[in-house]
Amino acid sequence: MKKNSLILAILLFPFFIWNNSYAADGSFHLDNAKIDLDDQQSLQRGARNFINYCLNCHSANYMRYNRLQDIGLSEDEIKKNLLFTADKSGELMNISMDTVEAKKWFGANPPNLTVTARSRGKDWIYTYLRTFYIDDSRELGWNNLVYPNAAMPHVLWELQGTQVYKDNHLSLLKAGVLSEQEYDQFVLDTTNYMVFMAEPAKLVRHKIGYFVIGFLVILLILVINLKREFWKDIK
Amino acid sequence: MERKNNLMTWVDERLPVSSFIKNHLTQYYAPKNFNFLYFFGALAIVLFALQILTGIFLTMHYKPDALHAFASVEYIMRDVSFGWVIRYMHSTGASLFFVVIYMHMFRAIIYGSYKKPRELLWIFGVLIFLLLMAEAFFGYLLPWGQMSYWGAQVIVNLFATVPFIGPDLAEWVRGDYLVSDATLNRFFAFHVIALPLALAGLIFLHLAALHSVGSNNPDGIEIKLTKDKKTGIPLDGIPFHPYYTVKDLIGLTVFLIVFTTIIFFMPEVGGYFLEHNNFVPADPLVTPAHIAPVWYFTPFYSILRAVPPIFNSQFPGVAAMGAAVLILFIVPWLDKSKVKSIRYKGALYKKWLAAFVLSFLILGYLGTVPSNIWGQIPNFIPLLGGLDLATFVARVFTIVYFAFFVLMPFYSKKDKTKPVPKRVTS
Repeated sequence: MKKNSLILAILLFPFFIWNNSYAADGSFHLDNAKIDLDDQQSLQRGARNFINYCLNCHSANYMRYNRLQDIGLSEDEIKKNLLFTADKSGELMNISMDTVEAKKWFGANPPNLTVTARSRGKDWIYTYLRTFYIDDSRELGWNNLVYPNAAMPHVLWELQGTQVYKDNHLSLLKAGVLSEQEYDQFVLDTTNYMVFMAEPAKLVRHKIGYFVIGFLVILLILVINLKREFWKDIK
Repeated sequence: MERKNNLMTWVDERLPVSSFIKNHLTQYYAPKNFNFLYFFGALAIVLFALQILTGIFLTMHYKPDALHAFASVEYIMRDVSFGWVIRYMHSTGASLFFVVIYMHMFRAIIYGSYKKPRELLWIFGVLIFLLLMAEAFFGYLLPWGQMSYWGAQVIVNLFATVPFIGPDLAEWVRGDYLVSDATLNRFFAFHVIALPLALAGLIFLHLAALHSVGSNNPDGIEIKLTKDKKTGIPLDGIPFHPYYTVKDLIGLTVFLIVFTTIIFFMPEVGGYFLEHNNFVPADPLVTPAHIAPVWYFTPFYSILRAVPPIFNSQFPGVAAMGAAVLILFIVPWLDKSKVKSIRYKGALYKKWLAAFVLSFLILGYLGTVPSNIWGQIPNFIPLLGGLDLATFVARVFTIVYFAFFVLMPFYSKKDKTKPVPKRVTS
């Protein structure tokens, strides 16, 4: 039996050490986004940020507006405050920008952001939105450390201010409306929301999981005893 | 009671249900010394049923159309009630199916379950493994993410390396000049009906063969050779039901705990069960920087990459990858050992087995990473200078992988085996 457990341990070992990390463009170090999916306030602020700033060029059309009820908003609140691109809260988060035109303007189509948090990872988004800097060699005047030569201009520059990149260091050239701390929180909330949006089930997944596993553990105790009872007569 | 008996007799006269239950459950005698490695066969059946069941519900909402496939999967994840549970059960089930099958095959190898009289049983098993790989490959295209798309592109292009007919063959498989809507539709057909049907048939044959020869056991002793003189029941055999049905319940429950832990707490398993890049919709114009198959194919993918092209043809690599699986078919005739189980085999065999397991794991790991991950061999080393170190390592372990099989007739014959007892040990 000891030998068998050893074999099992060896076979399962790879699952614990290998971590297929997110493919980052370049090797820029990503900051850890300390998001909290239980923080409804943060998620609601993030939804506000996302819908106001992102959902003009980027669509999120696997997501329905009324799913925002999962983060504590009422149907009325959604309708009154967040429904800019749709008439009914059951609609998908579409945008009105034409994809052909968008490609002309930006050189690339702004991607659908619904599940970006799952393809890029939360840390990527959190760091990406904080590392834009002025670069005159780019058509739109902006460049990014996480995603070099990104087609996207720094949409949030009014909030963050403008950064320059010199000697491997980012520094603020002109302050924005928000302080550095406020801006980081702004991006963190947005990231939090995007993680929720990428997988709304994540909010309930863990809670259901504890019940399921609790049930199975009780079942395990029962079946172990059942087996013992039956196997008593086997010598 | 009277009534029930009447009903049973009525049915039995028309369909021999009672004798079937007797022959295959209550009076089917299995060796009493199974260990935990014997859970995996039963688990594979459970997983097959689960995959079919969750698959049926996924099919109700999934759209096999290049324009709608990705969105329909997200629709299942969001708008279908508990669609996410069904989808995660299916995606986790696929990966765990391979964990279970690999363990099941490993068990068969170490206890010599492929040896006479179980050769046909083993061959059906290898066929199931082959079809399962095809099933998983076809299914992986369906979410229509970047990895689905480019993985399929790479694998279908393997057909293009076949001399002379290659390019036409690849086009025939795809149904188009590149992986497209036509490919998605036919892969869907293979995934949801053709292969499951074939698998169900093969599983039936696998079980039929098993029940005619009886199970092997960790001692590799034929329990049918020592029977009770009066009853004719093997002395070391116990009725499958209730003894192994209740024991398998333990295995099943432990498995379900692992299964649900993954579903509810880590459905992506760090990008191994659901790859990050597969959350980007397929784009024929953007090739991902690093294309890697899902983890269960990586040992074979490593072999494919390790074999250098000959005369500018990638076919040798493809052939080696195919051979790595197909060689399993002839294992019953490669093993010349006098004993079945590893318990009575000598140190020589154990060393080869360890080398094989190690090479399988290392090749598996190397298949998940780019081949330049460990840098290059310095130029001052003759012959190998400039070669990717990881490629070199993969080549070495590819040789070990094949040597395990090819040299088996020699080392299994030379191996100093121990005497096998008449009766099973506990």
